[in-house]
Amino acid sequence: MTQPFRIKGAGTLPHTRTIQFTFDGQSYEGYEGDTLASALLANGVHLMGRSFKYHRPRGVVAAGPEEPNALVGITRDRARHTPNVRASVQELYDGLNATSQNRFPTLNFDIGALNSLMSPFFPAGFYYKTFKWPAKAWDALYEPFIRRAAGLGEAPTESDPDRYVNRFAHCDVLIIGGGAAGLAAAQAAAEKSQSVILCDENPAMGGWLLADSDIQIDGQTGAQWAANMAAELATRDNVRLLTRTTGFGYFQHNMVGLVERITDHQARPEPSQPRERMWQVRAKQVVIAQGSIERAMVFPGNDRPGIVLAGAAQKWLNQYGVSVGSRIGVYTACDTAYAAAFDLHEAGIGIEVIVDYRKVVDETILAQAREHKIEVVLGATVAQTTGRLRINGMQVKTATGEQKEFDIDALLMSAGWTPSLHLYSQSRGKPVWDEASQRFLPGESPQDCICVGGCTGTDSMEQVLAEAERALGNKPRKFDIEDDVSTDGGIIGATGNSTEKGKAFVDFQNDVTAKDIALAVREGMHSIEHVKRYTTNGMATDQGKLSNMHGLAIAANLLKKPIPEVGLTTFRPPYTPTTFGSFVGHTRGPLFDPERKTPIHDWAVENGADFEPVSLWQRAWYFPRAGETMHEAVDRECRTTREIAGIFDASTLGKIEVTGPDAAAFMNIMYTNSWDKLKAGRAKYGIMCREDGFIYDDGVVGKLSDTRFHVTTTTGGAPRVLNHMEDYLQTEFPEMKVWLTSTSEQWATIAVQGPKAREIIEPLVTGADISAENFPHMSVVECKVCGVPARLFRISFTGELGFEINVPADYGRSIWDAVWRRAQPLGACAYGTEAMHVMRAEKGYIIVGQDTDGTVTPHDAGLSWAIAKSKPDFVGKRGMMRPDLVREGRRQLVGLKTSDPGKVLEEGAQIVEDPEQPVPMKMLGFVTSSYWSGTLGKSIALALIEDGSLRLGETLYVPMADEIIEVEVTGTVFYDEKGERLHG
Amino acid sequence: MLLIHCPYCEADHPELEFANAGEAHIVRPREMSNMSDEDFEAMFFIRDNPKGVSLERWRHVHGCGRFFNALRHTVSDTFLKVYKAGEARPSNDEIAKLIK
Amino acid sequence: MKNFSALSLAREAMRGHKGWEKHWRSPEPKKQYDIIIVGGGGHGLGTAYYLAKEHGLTNIAVLEKGWLGGGNTGRNTTIIRSNYLYDESAGLYNHSLNLWETLSQELNYNVMFSQRGVMMLAHNVHDVQSAQRHIHANRLNGVDNQWLTPQQAKDYCPPLNISKDCRYPVMGAALQRRGGVARHDAVAWGYARKASAMGVDIIQNCEVTGINRAPSGEVTEVETTRGTIGAKKVGIVAAGHTSVLMEMAGVRMPLESYPLQALVSEPVKPVFPCVVMSNAVHAYISQSDKGELVIGAGTDSYLSYSQTGSMHILQHTLDAIVELYPMFSRMKMLRTWGGIVDVTPDRSPILSKTPVKGLYVNCGWGTGGFKATPGSAHVFAHTIAKDAPHHINEGFTLDRFRGGRLIDEAAAAAVAH
Repeated sequence: MTQPFRIKGAGTLPHTRTIQFTFDGQSYEGYEGDTLASALLANGVHLMGRSFKYHRPRGVVAAGPEEPNALVGITRDRARHTPNVRASVQELYDGLNATSQNRFPTLNFDIGALNSLMSPFFPAGFYYKTFKWPAKAWDALYEPFIRRAAGLGEAPTESDPDRYVNRFAHCDVLIIGGGAAGLAAAQAAAEKSQSVILCDENPAMGGWLLADSDIQIDGQTGAQWAANMAAELATRDNVRLLTRTTGFGYFQHNMVGLVERITDHQARPEPSQPRERMWQVRAKQVVIAQGSIERAMVFPGNDRPGIVLAGAAQKWLNQYGVSVGSRIGVYTACDTAYAAAFDLHEAGIGIEVIVDYRKVVDETILAQAREHKIEVVLGATVAQTTGRLRINGMQVKTATGEQKEFDIDALLMSAGWTPSLHLYSQSRGKPVWDEASQRFLPGESPQDCICVGGCTGTDSMEQVLAEAERALGNKPRKFDIEDDVSTDGGIIGATGNSTEKGKAFVDFQNDVTAKDIALAVREGMHSIEHVKRYTTNGMATDQGKLSNMHGLAIAANLLKKPIPEVGLTTFRPPYTPTTFGSFVGHTRGPLFDPERKTPIHDWAVENGADFEPVSLWQRAWYFPRAGETMHEAVDRECRTTREIAGIFDASTLGKIEVTGPDAAAFMNIMYTNSWDKLKAGRAKYGIMCREDGFIYDDGVVGKLSDTRFHVTTTTGGAPRVLNHMEDYLQTEFPEMKVWLTSTSEQWATIAVQGPKAREIIEPLVTGADISAENFPHMSVVECKVCGVPARLFRISFTGELGFEINVPADYGRSIWDAVWRRAQPLGACAYGTEAMHVMRAEKGYIIVGQDTDGTVTPHDAGLSWAIAKSKPDFVGKRGMMRPDLVREGRRQLVGLKTSDPGKVLEEGAQIVEDPEQPVPMKMLGFVTSSYWSGTLGKSIALALIEDGSLRLGETLYVPMADEIIEVEVTGTVFYDEKGERLHG
Repeated sequence: MLLIHCPYCEADHPELEFANAGEAHIVRPREMSNMSDEDFEAMFFIRDNPKGVSLERWRHVHGCGRFFNALRHTVSDTFLKVYKAGEARPSNDEIAKLIK
Repeated sequence: MKNFSALSLAREAMRGHKGWEKHWRSPEPKKQYDIIIVGGGGHGLGTAYYLAKEHGLTNIAVLEKGWLGGGNTGRNTTIIRSNYLYDESAGLYNHSLNLWETLSQELNYNVMFSQRGVMMLAHNVHDVQSAQRHIHANRLNGVDNQWLTPQQAKDYCPPLNISKDCRYPVMGAALQRRGGVARHDAVAWGYARKASAMGVDIIQNCEVTGINRAPSGEVTEVETTRGTIGAKKVGIVAAGHTSVLMEMAGVRMPLESYPLQALVSEPVKPVFPCVVMSNAVHAYISQSDKGELVIGAGTDSYLSYSQTGSMHILQHTLDAIVELYPMFSRMKMLRTWGGIVDVTPDRSPILSKTPVKGLYVNCGWGTGGFKATPGSAHVFAHTIAKDAPHHINEGFTLDRFRGGRLIDEAAAAAVAH
């Protein structure tokens, strides 16, 4: 018979659509609207998982997100496997395929359960005390064993094909929780014309009202009232209702993270739909209506399948029409469990006994029990339970010490209700202990936030609704409420002598017992944080929703201290486990980071370039011809450039326009060089330092007029250089009349280098005389290239005759094409960044960040000539004078010549005087740049070496893993030392 | 993510538009050369790092681009005041009042 | 102190674990100590332990304002490695790594040091150059570190995405096989237990509110929420709160305190065999013994003592994690937390005497202090006991910023710790 525990006439599911699903390969039926747990329960299946440490058989305990036991893997296809899904909240869909976790070989028979037999040897913190010998065995033996036993589900193995999206939203009032309090608050806010977002983690609004079959509000059942409220709110333009949406994190300045689950309940998700949507909501006011969470009773044997929270059993019955058993016992310290028992009894289920921990219980409730002919035992405890894969009996110890036994197939328990302070606490609120009701309640709100309903400890529906209205500044309306049951009262801590004997679980998933808490206290763990960390209580996937208060009370009791003195562990985001993908959204693959491409990028692609990432840019690295290796291509590009010409896309260089009457004065402050004497139409290599005197950036600066500089920066440095300049301009020299504009994206830059450079571009240039006499090295002119306004530099980073054409970016590609049409017939080539590096290194030109590293001064880099010593002030001037920056023995930039000219040093290789010395060796410095120079037919290298400038001609050594390489210290210029080619 | 009021734009914007620029009201002398090593160290390296009200600089880098100053409590992260670059440092009395 | 062993565990199992002692004594503070250590994290407790063990000094109190190990010791991602560039750093961190290898035995407390290997990814030519520079320097300093090709990196860490289609493809990795992770709480508890057994007073819930000095300048006592306590020497080991404490003694510090966040996923069966760090995309990940993916995020950009951070910081971190390990997209974040990291201008720590006689400071570990715990504690104990630095921490002085002799690991490599 299918669904034997589905109770006719009970619940609110329509039963119109039957749904097929599988659990551990076995097929079952459920109804549309079921959760996986309610459907399995309908089929009499309680055993849904195994615990973390002892691998004890476990059934579902809760009907909400606090579920610690019933975690399953859900597999849609190979790439869509999700571990650790709580069966209590997973909505059923056709073909849902769930498997149990943390068991081998099967859920019914799990070898790991041997751990349970060995449990006396595995108390809290046992691993700190053993596994220490022999020292190597931890890595090799013990840890792999522990790791295999630990963990829960299996991680997915393939790239997640699903889509996730991110949204920002703003509203006047964000309400988290769509129960009675949340709905009433939403309506109150909506009526004041405020923009409202109301979210709830469940598929429908209503919260606990959906599980309470008795309560009447204004003559409607709770469920009807909630449905009508939600329907009314949905008609309003100023209200957004979000179901299946969890408020998981409360961050600074009233920003709340919500995650909306869009397809996890669908049998065949629409491909156009994202799986989840992350909302980042900034609200003027936040109303937290998170409700409360029922606590389990802590007693020996409280973890067998079939033992469930009373409220969960009530919800399964009244919402899903499912009974958790047929002969049911109840163990409670709170009135609400009676209501659950009465509902089940009225549905025709046998209630064997209600065991009440309390000695005194309200007479009206006892009278109701008598009407139902249910036996109630007051002042009693459950001493033990029996049953391997399902509870089959319990022993009760009465107030007089008498032992009674009951045959049962399910046990409802309720130790009372804990207000949910998760989001309140995340908002940096400090929970306050309420001695009278023995619970923590929200205190003051440090942000614009207010808590209403169950999460404030409000026990009656009338007050809940009134609170919600007051939160929005309204005068509470009068609601007509009948048959409300108070959630007041209960017990925190263990019952009976559970801290001494038996296995009374506090944290079900992590297998933390009351005895473990007692052991931690005995061993000196007196702060609740220590208790938590030593026992792992509250660190399972439910993050202590069921266990924290019990653990705290047990510890406080043993320490004989008031609960607030032992402390409350901090609530941290997320409220419930939240998918990584929902945080990531679209930020994957190419969208992980913006990719910057120059206007000439496509030409490089068409011409077969290989690219390298440089900061956000993709730069053409080299242009291999058919059959060429990288090495061959780079050699050819260098050779061609030096013999004929090469063209190079330098558009990624940062560019900043510095203008204004005080532009030169400002440049004097920002750069080490002097700009006073530079004439308009001339360019200069500039070095920028920070205040500490170390090189920060460099680049060529062209002076276009007395009030206008065209500044170039390194490719990666443009944003920070502009920020650095703005900082000084705005806050240190605000009196200067200077304006800074980032022009990196405005100009495409085409370098034409080599003996035939002028021949290539001359016919394209109008409005300027670029002859050698009238346009010497380090000149700049505004002219036209192919009729397009351009800034033309005579400049070289290769040591050859060179020009850099700057044209508006939109013309970049067409001008490049025009240059290429001139260059190609002459035998010139396009070259990439690698050839650029080789050629600049042949000339000893540095790359900031490669030949310098943030500890190198201009003096160290051999650039003392670029420091204007007579200037009264520039950024870095004072820093450079500090004792350590002027001492002897600093690392200075030099060249290296390998004794074997064919040997190319590794960049980063370290240099020593005596290669035979023992480790640790005294290192003099390291290779910063190293290349094979095809032009010179030998290797070249630059290095930073202690007192390098004094060591010219010295022989030093580079000890590698398998050889020692001999090098001679040289100057930094390897090619055309006199610089004659520049002036060609 | 903080919500920051830009005193130039006169509007609240999310932190993503801003860059923190460190401690405010550190004076860079115009005559740097005469500074002692101790004074240079104090200017460039030593920081208040208060547990309490931080006088700090922000730049509305993805907005108006302006640097400005703020008083923010480093335990609550609440902004007590924002003001334009160049305006005087609030007095200790004023700061004490703002905390209340 | 009762010995911890498999045997003692078995014996206790037979009698319901009733015979275990408290890990550490919790005495009332005395009126006067020779040495007071302010800060009951791993570094502070370790300092007290080594003062007792190596220098025979036991008239010591460790004052902790909250609970032991409640600061950054209990709030980090427990990565341990020593493949630093500069000689000073390599010396210090390798000293620490050597101590880690025998720490469980030394403390008779299993700190679960797991040498799973720490792999640091290179994503561009600059990363490769930097990694190579580290590897070469490490080899000559006797620190293990080796270069792996992308395929070798994937063999070592199968979930790693080495596809060329990545936004920042993996170009290789530096692997330190001796690196790994340890159980952070156990380090604090193990040091506390052994130090307490040797006579050190461990005093929790005792916040220092003042540091008093004699007219001649030296420290004389500290004021606390549990009364005034005299001391000949005071060692400040207070991480994010160092500036606040040093101010009490009139010393201003080159420090800034930032929020640093981390997170764990739900536990899963073993899937991630090592530690992987990527500085270019900002992601640090390992898997704990419990099965949680432990993920380190970045710092917020502003000072804060709130022990919380912004959501966009978590987002950036998970962006990087999913980019490098696309199958983890469906994993779920279980818990996040924040610490307060104190950062120096050169991102290297300060382990030093101070201008105040009898006052010592151990701070500035930024995001990387956990790995240094034993080494830092060991040389700091030496510095206090001898009133002079150990040769290993000679360079890590408080006044190095004045002269400019920085130990700038960050500038040298743009590497987070």
